Amino acid sequence: MAVLLLAEMAENGLNRDATAKAVTAVKALGDVTVLVAGTGAQAAATEAAAIDGVGKVLVAEGDAYAHRLAEPMAALVVALAPGFSHIAAPGTTDARNVLPRAAALLDVMVIPEVSRVVDADTFERSVYTSAAVQTVKSADATKVLTVRIASFDAAGEGGSAPVESAASADAPALSSWVSDEVAASDRPELTSAKRIVSGGRAVGSKDNFAIIEKLADKLGAAVGASRAAVDSGYAPNDWQVGQTGKVVAPELYIAAGISGAIQHLAGMKDSKVIVAINKDEEAPIFQIADYGLVGDIFTILPELTEKL
Amino acid sequence: MKVLVPVKRVIDYNVKARVKADGSGVDLSNVKMSMNPFDEIAVEEAIRLKEKGAATEIVVVSVGVKQAAETIRTALAMGADRGILVVAADDVHQDIEPLAVAKILKAVIAEEQPQLVIAGKQAIDNDMNATGQMLAALLGWGQATQAGKIEIEGNAAKVTREVDGGLQTVSVTLPAIVTADLRLNEPRYASLPNIMKAKKKELTEKTAADYGVDTTSRLTVVSTREPEGRKAGIKVGSVDELVSKLKAAGVI
Ligand SMILES: Cc1cc2nc3c(=O)[nH]c(=O)nc-3n(C[C@H](O)[C@H](O)[C@H](O)COP(=O)(O)OP(=O)(O)OC[C@H]3O[C@@H](n4cnc5c(N)ncnc54)[C@H](O)[C@@H]3O)c2cc1C
Ligand SMILES: Nc1ncnc2c1ncn2[C@@H]1O[C@H](COP(=O)(O)O)[C@@H](O)[C@H]1O
Repeated sequence: MAVLLLAEMAENGLNRDATAKAVTAVKALGDVTVLVAGTGAQAAATEAAAIDGVGKVLVAEGDAYAHRLAEPMAALVVALAPGFSHIAAPGTTDARNVLPRAAALLDVMVIPEVSRVVDADTFERSVYTSAAVQTVKSADATKVLTVRIASFDAAGEGGSAPVESAASADAPALSSWVSDEVAASDRPELTSAKRIVSGGRAVGSKDNFAIIEKLADKLGAAVGASRAAVDSGYAPNDWQVGQTGKVVAPELYIAAGISGAIQHLAGMKDSKVIVAINKDEEAPIFQIADYGLVGDIFTILPELTEKL
Repeated sequence: MKVLVPVKRVIDYNVKARVKADGSGVDLSNVKMSMNPFDEIAVEEAIRLKEKGAATEIVVVSVGVKQAAETIRTALAMGADRGILVVAADDVHQDIEPLAVAKILKAVIAEEQPQLVIAGKQAIDNDMNATGQMLAALLGWGQATQAGKIEIEGNAAKVTREVDGGLQTVSVTLPAIVTADLRLNEPRYASLPNIMKAKKKELTEKTAADYGVDTTSRLTVVSTREPEGRKAGIKVGSVDELVSKLKAAGVI
């Protein structure tokens, strides 16, 4: 059995954390070949080759892969599919765009956001806004899956896999890239951060988000937000934690002025230690928090920032 | 331009799903069901395109149990023109997989010839986030998933997608599939007169067999369980107490 793992690319390089977590998830399934495609693929390939558990790295260069558009990426994955029992990727927005398309081209189902690999054809995944965990068994010849990255630890260093180039696959140009709006930040990324401070509707404005950011910076934490905070324009969309935002499991998650709707909990309830700060002592977030503090975020957060 | 919107009947997003004690699945009998929230957004977007003059007709399609007719009626009451119900299951607990739904939708599209399909990005029951992408693959069309903004520009749709790193804008040649994310718009409520009018709108009923699609699942659900529970912890009385607890827990 052999696994083709689509690496996650960051701006001009490998997203090592997401890729290495997916390696951990799938390595019991067989020899892992990592496919690196996109801008900066050579450097990313070198980095991928060093991940412990990687058996081989394939590099696909070419303008078609520069922006990870679904149509050429899916065509590439399908062209390389023969010989692999499993095709996997970390469950990022890129992969969730590409792999279902590739699966349909192979006439197989996709198994999204796998949180545990039981055996070669049996997998666990969360459904119903994470209110239930299903074990599913696939009857397909090729298993195509994405991995819930928050459920796995990153594989370490120590690999020295050979790097080969992959032939690019033909794909009609059905879409084209126009622009990216990526906020540069020195803070850790949400999905790899050990600590996260998230703000909700209570924060009240974009400017006020500074109280969240100051605490985060003091802790070396990433900044998160509820949907209400994002919808209201207090925080950018890529900060959203939850069912439809990012799923995170840091060592410490501080929820400030967030009520604890199930859609938010779906994205953070696997955190190791949860702190909730809310002025409503009945807020549902307290039902899952390890440490709850009832009070006003505008007095508590500055005090907490100072005392750390 | 004709727009087709697939809408799914799912557990209402305000209801917390209950896992059956025997592990056979989630209990959906006597549970409030509604249109998938992302599909409401997709319907709203189609209506706005029509109001702007970019779309001429909106056809909604639902695949599932007979009761999905109610979901279609909701979309018609919001402002969609016509509905197609494809009956493919007789028990509410039977979910039709994205691959099979995509195959049925492909057959419907062959008859309807829409220029644009706006689906939801994800169904909140099975949390698949797959049907739109699979449908695009089967049709050989371009796709733009997780749309936060859609502009029709001649023979293309310019779509801003909500992605992990921020926003990505792509231009996709029509016909194409777009899937709706949360911030695309805020869906309207259907007014009472429109609910009455919707009752007279055309709703065609078909079956999966009419389209020759085999809906047998590729994934068998072996068991369903509750996630590991999390107990409420303690309330602390002050910031100082919080700091000392966090230190004791070794997280700061
Ligand atoms: C399909 C779908 C998907 C969704 N996906 C997500 C998702 O991915 N992520 C997500 O977060 N939500 C998601 N939601 C939305 C979710 O249902 C809630 O609406 C949202 O999480 C609420 O955000 P909030 O807790 O910030 O706001 P609110 O629910 O309004 O809570 C604000 C809280 O702040 C407290 N508060 C107010 N002022 C203060 C103060 N000065 N000091 C301290 N506390 C204060 C209040 O007591 C209250 O508990 C989704 C909804 C749907 C329908
Ligand atoms: N049974 C169905 N009937 C109609 N549309 C569906 C059905 N299943 C999925 N869809 C559409 O596909 C989207 C994504 O669903 P999913 O891939 O299951 O997460 C939904 O938001 C709907 O627009």
